[in-house]
Amino acid sequence: MSDETQSGPVLAADGTPLKQSLARSLRNQKMRALALIGPLLIFVLISFVIPIGSMLFRSVENGMVEQTIPLTVEALKDWDIDSGESPNEAVYQAFVEDMIVAIEAKKHTRLGTRLNYEQTGMSSLFRKSGRKIKRLDPQADAPFKDKLIDIDKKWGDAQTWAVIKTHSVKITNGYFLNAIDMQRTPEGAQAQPEDKRILITLFKRTLFMSLVITFSCIMLAYPVAWILANLPMRTANMLMILVLLPFWTSLLVRTSAWKVMLQQQGVINEVLVWLGIVADDARLVMINNQLGTIIAMTHILLPFMILPMYSVMQTIQPTYLRAAKSMGATNWTAFWRVYFPLSVPGIGAGSILVFILSIGYYITPEIVGGTKGVFISNRIAYHISSSLNWGLAAALGTILLAVVLILYWAYDKIVGIDNVKLG
Amino acid sequence: MADLASEDAFVAFERVQKSYDGENLVVKDLNLSLPKGEFLTMLGPSGSGKTTCLMMLAGFETATHGEILLGGQSINNIPPHKRGIGMVFQNYALFPHMTVAENLSFPLEVRKIGKSDREAKVKRALDMVQMGEFGGRRPAQLSGGQQQRIALSRALVFEPELVLMDEPLGALDKQLREHMQFEITRLAHELGITTVYVTHDQTEALTMSDRVAVFDDGRIQQLAPPDQLYEEPENSFVAQFIGENNTLEGTVTSMAGNTCVVTLDDGEEIDAMPVNVSQVGERTKVSIRPERVEFNKDRLNADAHLVKATVKEFIYMGDVFRFRLSVAGNDDFIVKTRNAPDAVKLKPGETIDIGWLPQDCRALDA
Repeated sequence: MSDETQSGPVLAADGTPLKQSLARSLRNQKMRALALIGPLLIFVLISFVIPIGSMLFRSVENGMVEQTIPLTVEALKDWDIDSGESPNEAVYQAFVEDMIVAIEAKKHTRLGTRLNYEQTGMSSLFRKSGRKIKRLDPQADAPFKDKLIDIDKKWGDAQTWAVIKTHSVKITNGYFLNAIDMQRTPEGAQAQPEDKRILITLFKRTLFMSLVITFSCIMLAYPVAWILANLPMRTANMLMILVLLPFWTSLLVRTSAWKVMLQQQGVINEVLVWLGIVADDARLVMINNQLGTIIAMTHILLPFMILPMYSVMQTIQPTYLRAAKSMGATNWTAFWRVYFPLSVPGIGAGSILVFILSIGYYITPEIVGGTKGVFISNRIAYHISSSLNWGLAAALGTILLAVVLILYWAYDKIVGIDNVKLG
Repeated sequence: MADLASEDAFVAFERVQKSYDGENLVVKDLNLSLPKGEFLTMLGPSGSGKTTCLMMLAGFETATHGEILLGGQSINNIPPHKRGIGMVFQNYALFPHMTVAENLSFPLEVRKIGKSDREAKVKRALDMVQMGEFGGRRPAQLSGGQQQRIALSRALVFEPELVLMDEPLGALDKQLREHMQFEITRLAHELGITTVYVTHDQTEALTMSDRVAVFDDGRIQQLAPPDQLYEEPENSFVAQFIGENNTLEGTVTSMAGNTCVVTLDDGEEIDAMPVNVSQVGERTKVSIRPERVEFNKDRLNADAHLVKATVKEFIYMGDVFRFRLSVAGNDDFIVKTRNAPDAVKLKPGETIDIGWLPQDCRALDA
């Protein structure tokens, strides 16, 4: 029973500071915990952090022009882009030297493809000129300016060189500008010509349709979750199988089934025509448009709404409703003032899941969306697999990621993320 | 107070039956009426139908047959929210997304009571249970006992004339429970509220109620004030269920007015008061309270029949001594005596004579 007060840090029994001794005794535990999550950590790093990081980087990376034609890029620095005149002989000399090396390495067509994103015709220009430049000798055949213009008169066009100079920077905002229907020009960022503006529309449509899908999922899922949560356990589990059944069927099959249902010669139209509700020559158009995408995606994403709602509703005790009624609340008031607020975390969790899933959905809009019902993800897929403009695809993906994060942040501000429960 | 004409009754059950599955009756022909201001407890083992009766009164279950009257009017077809009955639930059922004050304000809001009025009533109701400072808290931030108080004041805040309580103290520890028992009865009497209280805890029932209805098997076995219930049980179920009780089985061999002689199965004869037996030769269970058994030689009445007993066990409980005896083949015969200076301490193995007053030994149904 010593009442001595120690000055300085509290010491352990052996005289070392207590903090140090505590840290030592916890270190082993921490190392063991780290070892346990180690495999997951590495997996996440390889499969998640690195790909996303490389995607983010690819959306601004633009080393190709400088790597392929370094001398030309150097020579173009002296050229005044606003002069409206073609550059001097030095640039042509450098360009031919660069091209001979590039043709040797078969890189010139790739550069053509890259520049073709910015101005159509560049790809064929490079391919065509490449064949002829190959035969030139960098010393004997000089000067080159007129020879190149002979090969293709576009080489005498200042616009061609302006495109090369504008896109010769290593880190570019060009892809992002393209992603929001703008372009990088010598005069700075400018709007794309009207006939090329489609991406903003697609972004808006993606957001709008995702909201509609999320909302219709809420409306359909809420009563289902309510019934499931209020049934006896056995029956609820039986019905749960029906909710989960779609999960066990291929996504492709389900989407195709909707095609069979919704098309103009499909089941629904045939039945309506047979019943005389719809005239034979005025069959409903329910597919290859936004309606088709909304119907099919609502169906496919519905379980993601039902499940969190169900698990949250299960935790709401039925006595809350009874208590509310015993205090004089009508059925509706009891529901609205007591049950509904308690079920909001489930709605929130379901909405976030459905919204984020649908904003990046690809297969279903691709199959039933036609041209009017496709999402931004379909455009991303196009740029990855058809036009091979990965930089633009990466920029689109990055914007999508940013939109989701912003919405998530806004949700946290408005509703509060701790109000999201999966059960 | 026993038989009230149903016109005077504030709450009345008339020939009420309830079945959930159409095959078994959970409540069988219930008749019960209580006057305004009474504190009535429905006591019984689980599954005896007491909670079902409460739920029928609250309106959450419908009676299969019969009528339930409130203030002289049938409420069978009135939905719960129009009955104006306050209710305290077993798990409190405080709304977790509202503060304490909002919880209390809820019944007033749905009654469209003005804001300033509401605030005054909420404050009064909170002060009533000494929880005035807790209005801004969430239920989850309160202890069990505090939640219980809030649930109670929420049931009272809209000034109902009838309050139902469904095992409200079940989740509290013993000390808190005893305190709340006192609190609830005090409030009920101060405010003059009619209370129907459901519990399976007999101590609670005895200490709190004006009258207790003992339920078993869907029927009221006995409806009486606590003292009568304890001292004069009408059948062996009530005798067993309420308090500690010793049972001896035997046959009635002679009857004379207020006393009868019961011959126990091992041949010993005892005096008893006939309650549920009417003729010689009937089988009977006699019931004696442990504290009414006398074994102090000086105080035994020589005229009465005495019974031989062997001491099996002595349990020291501080304020009382408890002895387990073997009497007429019953090894669980309990005797209690107060820890007084002259108390006799029996030792295990001793053989003694025990006896009792004939009116404390009740011959009930077998």
